Amino acid sequence: MTVHQRDWQAFVTPGKDGGVHMDLAVDGITCAACMGEIERGLKRLPGIRTARVNLTSQRLAVDWAEDLTGADEIVAELARLGYTAHPFDPASQKERQDKTGKELLRSLAVAGFAGMNIMLLSVSVWSGNATDITPETRDFFHWISALIALPTVAYAGRPFIRSAVNALAAGRLNMDVPIVIGVVLAVALSVIQTMQHQHHAYFESAVMLLFFLLVGRYLDHNMRGRTRSFAENIAALKAEVAARIGPDGTVREVPLSKVATGDLVLVSGGERVPVDGVVETGISEIDQSLVTGESVLVPVKPGQRVYAGTLNGAGALQVRVEAASGATLLDEVNRLLETASQAKSKYVRIADRAARLYAPLVHGAAALTFLGWLMAGLGWQPALVISISVLIITCPCALGLAVPAVQVVASGQLFRCGVLLNSGDAIERLSDVDTILFDKTGTLTLAEPELCTAIDPEDETIALAGRLALASRHPLSAALVKATGALKPLPDVSEVSGSGLETTVEGVVLKLGSALFCGASSEQIERVLQDNPGASLLAIRLGEQPVRLLPFRQSLRPDARRVVESLKDEGYRLEILSGDTVPSVALCAGTLGIEEWQAGMKPAQKIARLEALQKEGRKVLMVGDGLNDAPALAGAHVSLSPVSAVHLSQAAADAVFLGDKLQPVADALRLSKKARAAIEQNLWISALYNVIAVPVAVAGFVTPLMAAVAMSASSLAVTANALKLRWGESRPSSPIDEPRRGQRQPARG
Amino acid sequence: MDVLVFLIPIALFLGALGLIAFLWSLKSGQYDDLEGAKWRILDDDDLPDRDA
Repeated sequence: MTVHQRDWQAFVTPGKDGGVHMDLAVDGITCAACMGEIERGLKRLPGIRTARVNLTSQRLAVDWAEDLTGADEIVAELARLGYTAHPFDPASQKERQDKTGKELLRSLAVAGFAGMNIMLLSVSVWSGNATDITPETRDFFHWISALIALPTVAYAGRPFIRSAVNALAAGRLNMDVPIVIGVVLAVALSVIQTMQHQHHAYFESAVMLLFFLLVGRYLDHNMRGRTRSFAENIAALKAEVAARIGPDGTVREVPLSKVATGDLVLVSGGERVPVDGVVETGISEIDQSLVTGESVLVPVKPGQRVYAGTLNGAGALQVRVEAASGATLLDEVNRLLETASQAKSKYVRIADRAARLYAPLVHGAAALTFLGWLMAGLGWQPALVISISVLIITCPCALGLAVPAVQVVASGQLFRCGVLLNSGDAIERLSDVDTILFDKTGTLTLAEPELCTAIDPEDETIALAGRLALASRHPLSAALVKATGALKPLPDVSEVSGSGLETTVEGVVLKLGSALFCGASSEQIERVLQDNPGASLLAIRLGEQPVRLLPFRQSLRPDARRVVESLKDEGYRLEILSGDTVPSVALCAGTLGIEEWQAGMKPAQKIARLEALQKEGRKVLMVGDGLNDAPALAGAHVSLSPVSAVHLSQAAADAVFLGDKLQPVADALRLSKKARAAIEQNLWISALYNVIAVPVAVAGFVTPLMAAVAMSASSLAVTANALKLRWGESRPSSPIDEPRRGQRQPARG
Repeated sequence: MDVLVFLIPIALFLGALGLIAFLWSLKSGQYDDLEGAKWRILDDDDLPDRDA
């Protein structure tokens, strides 16, 4: 797609033994054959030490000796094998090793090992207590249990202790606070009981509790890691690079993180502008729909500002990179974004809300139990033992699993529907939405323009124009090529930069380009625009024949109408907030049957509308893709953004959806409702368990055996309830797999 | 029951061996690609070339 060379040094990191290392996202790895083919193919190159495909994350890691092979040869070899590969920008890939995941897995292994061994000893003690175990043997078993449990709690409990300490330091309560208190007290009490040669110790309860909770944490982390790595692959495949023009005039492609203010960047025709800056040389037309929401192309010339994410038309531009300064759109967006995200961080997750209610209640009950037994005439130590056993039995094992278990199952299902979650609590927030605000361009419509009128396939002039359009990268030309299905380019095409194309067919001049370039009259332009409000025009002129004008517009997503209708039936209030002009928004709203719409909205106005709705007590879902939507996305109760959106918006949104369809939005809402119901059921199951268990504990009847059985049973109950979400959910055809299916089969052998 | 003094440490030692083996396999990256491993057994690269 690009003619200039890529600066590979920027993508390569130093590896082992003086070699170099590069990570690539490879498109189209589907099976073992692809994997073997790539690895074998690369190993034939000189100097390659290891080439390993990761089928789970669809990535390739290569280590090689730099003096023998270049990175470009590796990518060329992959291309020869039939795979497009894009290297990861090392700066954007912060977590190559997935440290958190490994730490959780290590803690899980340690807790599992310790849990099994302590359980073995505990079961012996329990059966011994019922028969004739000698006090010496029991003490011996308890001491060994203590020896295993103390280091285990210190090691495997770290994730919880860290999170609890952070929460307390910030003056908040979260789920980990009661967990840590419960575990620490259980172990401390058991050590004291052991020293006093008592019959009971609670080591296995503490360790098994940690084990169950770590399972939940690990699954949760894994699911989000999968989403994250998938999103990173998409970003790399979108090739977030810029063609930097060096001081000596050479053009090299570098990752965006290496572009600095003041650099000169080349933007070829048909490419996305990678940076914010000012045009130095060149004239072109820019599709700003991602930034302002306007669907009409805007002409640019030297001295004008262009924004990252906008699509360049036909002409090549040289852009001087600028740090945002003063009252630009980007500054405004950034400022609004900051205030908007602060408002959102006030949201408290369900689990933490439950913890706020639960912790004082349980700790109060334990304290009352202690005082009650004391007043009933029991010594302070047995009273303390009973009150701690209340804490142990209520230790929020089920409560700690109730929310993550559902989130794991639900986010897996969302993943299959093509929705990738950015934030873990998006599911619960999606479930209380009652109002949906849509952006128009790029959200309800697709990002690429399409011909509005039907064309006659017999029409020679249009067929010729389609062939002429093959010579240009202009988005409208690309749309014309698609509409006509042209395959054979015309010879001798000359391009008038920023205006159009020209060639001679059988002695007659054929022109394709802007209306002015082809000499259309202003009445003609107005007439066409009246029929097709908000359209962009492409003009064709063959010889002295009258000018023909073709209107283009971004078409609606194929299922937009059906999805909007079903959302309305479900009682959501829908509204369109667009930056586009009144006629085109009116047309779109009319087609979709959305009564409330506003056009020409600036970012601040979108936020204002959002705040007005939220003041009315409405929970708003914002769906948008543009830079102008980013503050609203960050400020809304919850937000979704299509994968074609600008970077900033994707980062601001709670979830990203894939594919050309709008259906994932409806799926996300439906699945999150079901997940919310399951979360609530789980919390009730936990509450019910406590209602039964607490009186028994308060009465002083809890033995370690009872604690272990009750805890496991309640954990299994909430997990099973979460898995229930999967039942009756026929697997929807995944939009993630669709683009791969039917794709080019790599040549075998 | 004195035999327990020997048996339990032996049992714990064997268990710890398993734990260490798991931690080692985790560290050497054997859990990085759970999808690919099942396909790699079908890869007969290590066999002598039959075409030759």
